[in-house]
Amino acid sequence: MIAQMLRVTEKEALTPLVTRFRFEHPDGAPLPLFSGGAHVVVEMPYGDMLRRNAYSLISAPDDGSGYEIAVRREDNGRGGSRFMHGNVATGDLMAVTSPFNLFSLDLRARKHVLIAGGIGITPFLSQLHQLSRMQVPFELHYAARSREEAAGLTFLPSLPHIHLHISNEGNRMDLGAILSGQPLGTHVYTCGPEGLIAAVEDAARRHGWPAAALHSEAFLSPPPGKPFKVTLARSGQTLTVGPHQSLLEALEAARIDIPWSCRGGACGQCETAVTSCKGRIEHNDHWLSDDDCAAQTKIMPCVSRFEGQELIIDR
Amino acid sequence: MTIQFNDETFRDDYTFFNSPVAIARFPFPFDKDDYMYSVNMEPHETGPEGTPFDVRFDVDEHYVSEMRDRAITLDEDPLRCQSLPHMELAGWDLLELIMVSKAADYPDLFTLNRDGDRWHWINKPLGIEQRFTFGDPTTLPYGPMEYITRQAQGDFAVLDQREDNLWMDAGMVTSQADWSLDFDIGMNFFEWHAPVPKAHEMGVFQRALKFLMHVNQDTPARRLNWTMTVNPRLDTSPENYHKWGPEKRTITPENVGQKQYLRVELQTFWRLPRSNALAFPIRCYLINLEDLTSVPKWGRRLHRVLRDLPDELADYKGFAVNRPVIVEYLSKFDDGAPTSAGIYPDETDVALNKVPARV
Ligand code: HEM
Ligand code: FES
Repeated sequence: MIAQMLRVTEKEALTPLVTRFRFEHPDGAPLPLFSGGAHVVVEMPYGDMLRRNAYSLISAPDDGSGYEIAVRREDNGRGGSRFMHGNVATGDLMAVTSPFNLFSLDLRARKHVLIAGGIGITPFLSQLHQLSRMQVPFELHYAARSREEAAGLTFLPSLPHIHLHISNEGNRMDLGAILSGQPLGTHVYTCGPEGLIAAVEDAARRHGWPAAALHSEAFLSPPPGKPFKVTLARSGQTLTVGPHQSLLEALEAARIDIPWSCRGGACGQCETAVTSCKGRIEHNDHWLSDDDCAAQTKIMPCVSRFEGQELIIDR
Repeated sequence: MTIQFNDETFRDDYTFFNSPVAIARFPFPFDKDDYMYSVNMEPHETGPEGTPFDVRFDVDEHYVSEMRDRAITLDEDPLRCQSLPHMELAGWDLLELIMVSKAADYPDLFTLNRDGDRWHWINKPLGIEQRFTFGDPTTLPYGPMEYITRQAQGDFAVLDQREDNLWMDAGMVTSQADWSLDFDIGMNFFEWHAPVPKAHEMGVFQRALKFLMHVNQDTPARRLNWTMTVNPRLDTSPENYHKWGPEKRTITPENVGQKQYLRVELQTFWRLPRSNALAFPIRCYLINLEDLTSVPKWGRRLHRVLRDLPDELADYKGFAVNRPVIVEYLSKFDDGAPTSAGIYPDETDVALNKVPARV
């Protein structure tokens, strides 16, 4: 994916944990437009390695004057979000890819129901712009622990079809109530913790929703884990993947080019054949089928890890 | 140099012709002496100057007459252009892509002025001037996809991307190699490719779909496809098979050089920004065997490719009945000499640098 250097023109704390960044072209040139739900990948020179993290765009899809993202600081994460919060200042130049969408609206829908948990509000912020412009019916349900933590609040207009569910105010989300009584042809989109996505799927199944009307994006970042070794079948080279590094990042550090787009186990681009596996692959992706996972003959290097004696991959 | 547009027909009296420039820049599809289906996509990056790969949307000497032929086909059969309701946004995306590209690549032929949503488009070859509001279909005489594809050579399929698949939910199809938009509308990638032999078993479509789903705005791609057509006819549709099917029987050893055409499709793939749809323009180029064999490398190679092509492919492409006559004709141009790699003519054949640049 091609990245261009953009200037950080705004950095604003939305909550104690979430910060908004705005990027613009250094010469003021317009940036490519995008569709609601798209993300960009931001490159961070982090220590002696390059970290690339995907962030949903929160700005208006038809506004090419800049891209905006909201980054939640994950203190137990691998450091990418800490870098954004701690090391990036306005005026910096950063490499940002063009937008790519793995969570687009189904434009056939008669109505769109958007369900966000926590930082999972981000892809919906660009979708809200698109939906308002298209003037199609929608409703948004946004669950957060407290108002202080609800980074999306700043961006949400107060409209009757935008619902807040703040759990420390005793206002929890009732999925059954949300999903029942929606008109035929409604599509539902969920973004947030895995538990929320599973709960929506479960409730939807109980209410007889067709699977094609359900869409979700799990906010997956490569989980840290124990270091492990991997051997590359084509060169015979053996690499060590560090505890806060993904296999994809370790390959890139060794200058092995492999295709990617989401870096979060969702798009399938980085799929790699496993030629020998003595041990257990920790499949953290949403791409491979259960059979593929059980067979241990494929791995998604952007998120998955390994524990055992020998892992040889076809790279 | 500006383009001299031919006044020609693609039906009835078939006055279509290729000038020497059009022959020299023809997108010959074979890079080696044999052919089998493959996942033959490559980045749609600029190719050698003057070739059809030089710009995003090639405009050539056939432009004006091709657009006239499209209008006739649409008059007779409006269902050649369809767009399901959810594809209107993709139609605007496509209109923008084509207008912006044409105006940038052919500034002497096309002009686009934009002031916010108020657009002003001038198409000199077709004598069109239009002021309209981007996003407001009431300000155009047709829907956005139909409006712009009546002014752009080649067929267009516009695919919605959802459920890990592509869906043929809109298109403008008047110059197709025997397939029907009205039949395929609403189908997904595997459904509309079902009639193709061999390629499914080879895993071509699985891999091709995966590739297409990841075509991004800044990474357009292309591939070449080909078939054989009797007479320079654009509309070889199933709907009108009764008109062109019988013409296959008119081929004789005497007329095959003039009446038998190699039909090449330059297919490109574009991610559309606002709708996340995929645009799939299929640009058709025709050349008869007589003109084609004026380039010695192409004559030798086409002979070998058609002679050795698996029967299933000749059947599917619809020229099995004329294959013996075609191969016999071409054999006269094949002296058995080795051919160079790649699709372009050899230096000694036609110097490509003699193809005048168009801008
Ligand atoms: C999304 C874009 C595409 C569209 C809309 C499309 C559409 C079609 C259609 C309508 C046909 C005719 C099928 C019939 O007989 O009814 C066809 C044939 C075929 N397509 Fe595609 N196609 C697309 C992309 C691709 C790609 C990427 C490949 C890559 C390998 C491919 C390979 C083929 C082949 C090999 C045939 C048979 C052609 C022949 O032998 O003349 N297509 N396609
Ligand atoms: S990069 Fe998308 S699944 Fe690995």
